[in-house]
Amino acid sequence: MGKIVLNAVRKSFGEVDVIPGVDLTIEDGEFVVFVGPSGCGKSTLLRLIAGLEDTTSGAIVIDGADATALPPAKRGLAMVFQSYALYPHMTVRKNIMFPLKMAGMEIGEATRRADAAAKVLNLTAYMERRPGQLSGGQRQRVAIGRAIVREPAAFLFDEPLSNLDAALRVNMRQEITELHQSLKTTMIYVTHDQVEAMTMADKIVVLNAGRIEQVGSPLALYNNPGNTFVAGFIGSPKMNLIEGPEAAALGATTIGVRPEHLSVVSEGGWEGVVGLSEHLGSDTFLKVTTDRVGTINVRAGGEVILRPGDRVHLAPQPGKIHRFGADGKAMT
Amino acid sequence: MARAVSTRRKVFYTAAAWSVALLIFFPVFWTILTSFKTEASAVASPPQLFSADWTLDNYAEVWGRSDYPRFFWNSVVISVGSTLLGLIIAIPAAWSMAFVPGNRTKDLLMWMLSTKMMPAAAVLIPMYLIFQRTGLFDTRTGLVLALMLMNLPVIVWMLYTYFKEIPSEILEAARMDGASLGKEIIYVLTPMAIPGIASTMLLNIILAWNEAFWTITLTTVNAAPLSAFIASFSAPQGLFYAKLSAASTMAIAPILILGWFSQKQLVRGLTFGAVK
Ligand SMILES: Nc1ncnc2c1ncn2[C@@H]1O[C@H](COP(=O)(O)OP(=O)(O)OP(=O)(O)O)[C@@H](O)[C@H]1O
Ligand SMILES: [Mg+2]
Repeated sequence: MGKIVLNAVRKSFGEVDVIPGVDLTIEDGEFVVFVGPSGCGKSTLLRLIAGLEDTTSGAIVIDGADATALPPAKRGLAMVFQSYALYPHMTVRKNIMFPLKMAGMEIGEATRRADAAAKVLNLTAYMERRPGQLSGGQRQRVAIGRAIVREPAAFLFDEPLSNLDAALRVNMRQEITELHQSLKTTMIYVTHDQVEAMTMADKIVVLNAGRIEQVGSPLALYNNPGNTFVAGFIGSPKMNLIEGPEAAALGATTIGVRPEHLSVVSEGGWEGVVGLSEHLGSDTFLKVTTDRVGTINVRAGGEVILRPGDRVHLAPQPGKIHRFGADGKAMT
Repeated sequence: MARAVSTRRKVFYTAAAWSVALLIFFPVFWTILTSFKTEASAVASPPQLFSADWTLDNYAEVWGRSDYPRFFWNSVVISVGSTLLGLIIAIPAAWSMAFVPGNRTKDLLMWMLSTKMMPAAAVLIPMYLIFQRTGLFDTRTGLVLALMLMNLPVIVWMLYTYFKEIPSEILEAARMDGASLGKEIIYVLTPMAIPGIASTMLLNIILAWNEAFWTITLTTVNAAPLSAFIASFSAPQGLFYAKLSAASTMAIAPILILGWFSQKQLVRGLTFGAVK
């Protein structure tokens, strides 16, 4: 079991309100991703759930029991840190067995569990090594192994992949997703990489300055961003947010069109000059300076060949224009 | 050209370092040489570095005239005991200062260190009276306590600097893994800080071993360590330099040997915070 409920959780460091008040329900077995810009309070929120920071006010309920005042050791949660935080003086085996030793588990059973975890994570050959003798990816796996042996109520990950190179990151991302599918345990995953958020999450929580901007499935956030912040944050490359007469014509303060929802047409639409064009083969990314809506980004198909200085006409695809009011909220 | 300059500079620094080292070591060296001379050649004028009549008589006489093993054993008990007791108290103190610092932690540390700047003689009378009244006078327990208190600020400070270098995420990981505070300190913090704790221990054993003011003031016979052993050869019999040198050599030899074998550890420990 691993249902976690936050009730008006607030955290301030001295005078600064880092988390002004968060209400959130995380269902058992869900993969929840916290995303948001740097410094928005993702790590702080995760550490509050872990018990590594004390809440200033509000309550944290884990599986129906109030855990607000419990020390981390008593919450039954496991955490994987960005720096891996392995015990450098212990072998991989001892690292993985440490939580079991702390739980007072009998050594035979603990060894069996550690071996089973090592097998799942391809660590069997490294069990007698020290963390210092492992690669970054292997260390990450040890940290995950140490988390899974205890069969915790939930896993907490704080940017676990940000120290890995791009290829390994994609690999580990898939491994963690597979792990979630086989364990079916609640996972809370902090990242500022919105590709990780989109690919891994059942539910994304978008944070900004300690507040929740929107909660929803990746596709719900992509298709129906609740406000301009979420619209600009979810999706890559970023949505074009356009103000002025074009927006007013549609009765909105701001309109948003994703780069992939703009088509290059032969005439009509928004006319402009190509400033930058990147040909990736599969896609072509264009930066176009238009007369009517300013500079916008376009993601066209790989077959579109254009050079800087070329004149183009762009048309938003029907039904793909997002409208936002004066308060930044989506209009329906 | 650049290479020639850097070589010349290197020679200069090496020579300077050696000169300083020799200057510091010379009195010790002189003491050791004197311990093998006869009393007559020890005070010969002009002084002789080496004398022709080598002798071991001084050692034989010093050994025969006093109970060296007892003094030695007292020194061991007092220096090791005060250091271990100090560590037991200082590890949790340094833990809290390094990992859960308050607003006043820095001030507290500075205050603790500042007590080391107070002249010991200022508290001589109260200490003496307290020791007399509580029956700690001339006991090894009393000296262990006194030297522990004397070195505690240094121990806390050194451990604090080492603990600061340990990433707090690792301790948080231990907490997440279900370790209580005590287990976190025993299974994670202490093993990681072993090199630092070892150098702290060595340095404090040496400091306690060499301490003379309190050990001489607060003992008479039973608990007297080697510092008192040396002192006993300077006062009553007048100044017999050769014998005094032999006694001194016997007093410093054990700690010199310990220092020699652990010099790598010591140097690493002393330069830790500074160079890293
Ligand atoms: N111990 C602390 N004392 C004071 N302020 C803190 C403390 N820890 C965090 N903060 C502040 O709280 C805010 C949120 O920090 P947090 O680490 O949660 O951000 P984050 O979203 O994880 O950012 P990043 O993506 O860079 O990791 C920051 O402005 C930070 O300066
Ligand atoms: Mg963070």
